[in-house]
Amino acid sequence: MFYRNPYGMGSVFREFERLRRSMDDLLEGFPGRTPTAYPAVNVWTSQEKVMVTAELPGVKPDALDISVNGNILTIHGKPEADETDRSYHRRERPVAEFHRTVELPCRVDDEKVEARLEKGILAIAMPRSEADKPRRITVKSE
Amino acid sequence: MARKNEVQTQQKQEVQETQKAERMHDRRVYMPRADIYETDDAIHLIANMAGVDQDSVDITLEKNVLTLRGQASAQTPEGMELAYSEYAVGDYERSFVLSDEIEREGIDAKMQDGVLDLTLPKSKSARSRRIPVKAA
Repeated sequence: MFYRNPYGMGSVFREFERLRRSMDDLLEGFPGRTPTAYPAVNVWTSQEKVMVTAELPGVKPDALDISVNGNILTIHGKPEADETDRSYHRRERPVAEFHRTVELPCRVDDEKVEARLEKGILAIAMPRSEADKPRRITVKSE
Repeated sequence: MARKNEVQTQQKQEVQETQKAERMHDRRVYMPRADIYETDDAIHLIANMAGVDQDSVDITLEKNVLTLRGQASAQTPEGMELAYSEYAVGDYERSFVLSDEIEREGIDAKMQDGVLDLTLPKSKSARSRRIPVKAA
C-alpha cells in the first residue's frame, strides 16, 4: 500500500484501507505478513479537537518526545530498557526505539496540545486550529 | 512494500478460541506480549497489558498452569468519533505451563504503566531437586 494515511482521499480510499487491514488480519500468522508501524494509533475527531491514542505499555512519560507541526504529529520514544544479561525464556515485548509520524485530518493549534500517559495508553489531545474548524453555514431563504 | 518509519513489530494478536465454551462478553481478547526470565530462585514474567490496572488484572495458578487475565478500560474519548483506526481495544488472556513448582505464598504481582510484573518464587523442593552433575 502506498498511502500511509488515507485522509482527504475520500471514503473510497478509507474503505480500501479498511479492507486491506482486514486482509492483513486474515493473513496474520503466516510468514511474511506486513508489519505495521509502531505504535499503532487510533485517531479521534470532534468539532473542537483531534485526539490520537496509542498503546505504549512500559513507556515512561520522560521517555516520550511528542511534537506537532501543522497537521503532522510525531511520536518518538523508547520503552524502558531491561537488563540485558538475563537469560530469557521468552522475549516478545518491543524494546526498540520508535519514531512514528501521523498525518492529522486537519491543522491543530500546536500551542495547546495535551498529552497524557495512563495505564500504558497515550492520549494526545489537540484542539483544531481556528482557521480549520468546521463552519456552520446558514441557508437563507428568500 | 516498505512504508516510512517502520519498526518491525508484530501486531496485537487475538486469542484463538480453543475451548468449546464461548466467552460471555462479546469482546475481543488479545494475547499479552510477555518476557519470561528465570533466576536461581524465581521465575519472572513481564506482560504488556495496556489499559489494565491492578484492580482489573486476575492471576490464577492451578496446578502448574498460570493464567493471566486483564480487563482493559475503554479508550473512547467522550463525544469523539473514530476517524482512523489501526488497533482495537480488548481484554487480555494468556496461560503458561510452569516448569517448576511455585511457592504460592510468595507470588508477587505489580501492575504499572500497563505492564504486569510477576515474580513466582520456586518452591524449596523444586530448588533442592536439582542435582549438580560433577565432572569426573
